[in-house]
Amino acid sequence: MIHRTPSGTRDVLPDEMRELRAITAALHGVFEGSGYGELYTPALEYESVERMAGGQGVYRMFDETTGEMLALRSDMTVPIARVVGTRYATADPPLRFCYFAHAYRAVRPQRGQAREFLQAGIELVGSPAPQGTVEALTVLCRALDAAGLRDYRVGLGDASLFPALLAGLDVPEETRARMLRELVDRDYVGLEREASQLGVRDEVLRVAQTRGGPEVLEAPPGPVADAFEGLRAMHALLDPDVASRVIFDLGLIRDLDYYTGAVFEVYDPALGAPIGGGGRYDDLLGRFGRPLPAVGFALGIDRLHIALTGEERG
Amino acid sequence: MIGDLRIAVPRGALLGETLDLLDRLGVDTAEVRSNDRKLLFDNGQLITMRPSDVPTYVEAGAADIGITGKDVLMEQSERNVYELVDLGYGRCSMVLASVEGDDAASEALRRLGVTRVATKYPKTAAAYFERTGRQAEIVEVKGSVELAPLTGLAEAIVDLTATGTTLRENGLVVREEIAVATARLIANPVAHKLKAEAIDDVVGRLRAG
Repeated sequence: MIHRTPSGTRDVLPDEMRELRAITAALHGVFEGSGYGELYTPALEYESVERMAGGQGVYRMFDETTGEMLALRSDMTVPIARVVGTRYATADPPLRFCYFAHAYRAVRPQRGQAREFLQAGIELVGSPAPQGTVEALTVLCRALDAAGLRDYRVGLGDASLFPALLAGLDVPEETRARMLRELVDRDYVGLEREASQLGVRDEVLRVAQTRGGPEVLEAPPGPVADAFEGLRAMHALLDPDVASRVIFDLGLIRDLDYYTGAVFEVYDPALGAPIGGGGRYDDLLGRFGRPLPAVGFALGIDRLHIALTGEERG
Repeated sequence: MIGDLRIAVPRGALLGETLDLLDRLGVDTAEVRSNDRKLLFDNGQLITMRPSDVPTYVEAGAADIGITGKDVLMEQSERNVYELVDLGYGRCSMVLASVEGDDAASEALRRLGVTRVATKYPKTAAAYFERTGRQAEIVEVKGSVELAPLTGLAEAIVDLTATGTTLRENGLVVREEIAVATARLIANPVAHKLKAEAIDDVVGRLRAG
């Protein structure tokens, strides 16, 4: 009789494990070398903690012995925010942590997208923009270089940019929420329809589809001046080799409601989906009692592995 | 520019106008027009497939951009693809239809609390009934949906119709229009960033008409 594993989970056998271990070892070397100490948190959290992430597809369960609701962590950012608020309540910032841990989401399993997936990442707590973001982007590129990925690019945007644009264009509150949803869903046809009805089609579409080098930040900014200024300040501080990886993407918005400023995603031509991403979450730590600005990223190890093998095959 | 993109082209009702559009963008479609068995053309720049497979190829990055109907995108709403342009052609309606005369679907809803709906679009149909606060039992079929209400498999159907001819020929009438579907240009999320210039060039020329 064949006993299966649950949908979206799988066993890793030694041939594959050796390759995964080589990747995580390379990343770990860069993280620790940059001053990011590794930590580990329970896979099970209280559901009330996990809910702070506001993510979709969280696995919840009822603990019959205590009558409490538990949840499997859906990322590591929220558990680390909890750790900072409880175990580092009085420690002097900045705090630097890295992790290699599985997270769980009830997603549709497909290539590079399992329901149990290994993430590697860092969190930098107490270091504001732009310096903190620059440090995180630098560690990100050093880590990908160390893993041997050649052709990756980092898409860089600002989560506050589009809300500011819509507010500046006097888009009514409820339409604003719908348009942000369309942006997250990549539904530019819906976005165009809504914007046309309000007579702001060109302004909205121009920002939503602007991607390119630093020259895209030179346009006269209007309601998005702050976000543009932030991106420019960050770009000025990046090492040239990191800056050369960056694609500014003004329509980039990530589907987690805790991002407040810069957001980024890693792309490689060898994979049809982002390898990882992150951003600033300057309000999340406050919900755990330590109001500190923070930034971090997570890489999907399976996706990185697929991209590396894809590049190898050419 | 457009030569840097692999394009997923839908066979079937959308094929003709899609090829005309590609001609205007400077893609050589002569070979596709002359050969309906081959799948890969111009060294792989054009690939042809069923419309419902287009999002699959584009989401995985096996094609950079593709053209398919909004009906397909509604049914596969979980796909991570950019929906960039409403191309306007291939206009169809997604409708709720039942046998003409007294509406068996509303009678079932009133007396049995639930109506059975046969469809090739189970997610679209389920979402529509949920949205309108009615209970439905969705019966998925792969083809000839019109047969279902004529044989008692279901009281109504949710299907795509362009002219209504097939519905009329089978004695069915449209009871409600759910949505209008046209052809859409979609793009892979990574290609949208790494091949931005080529994709924006296509989008710009399509918007300009």
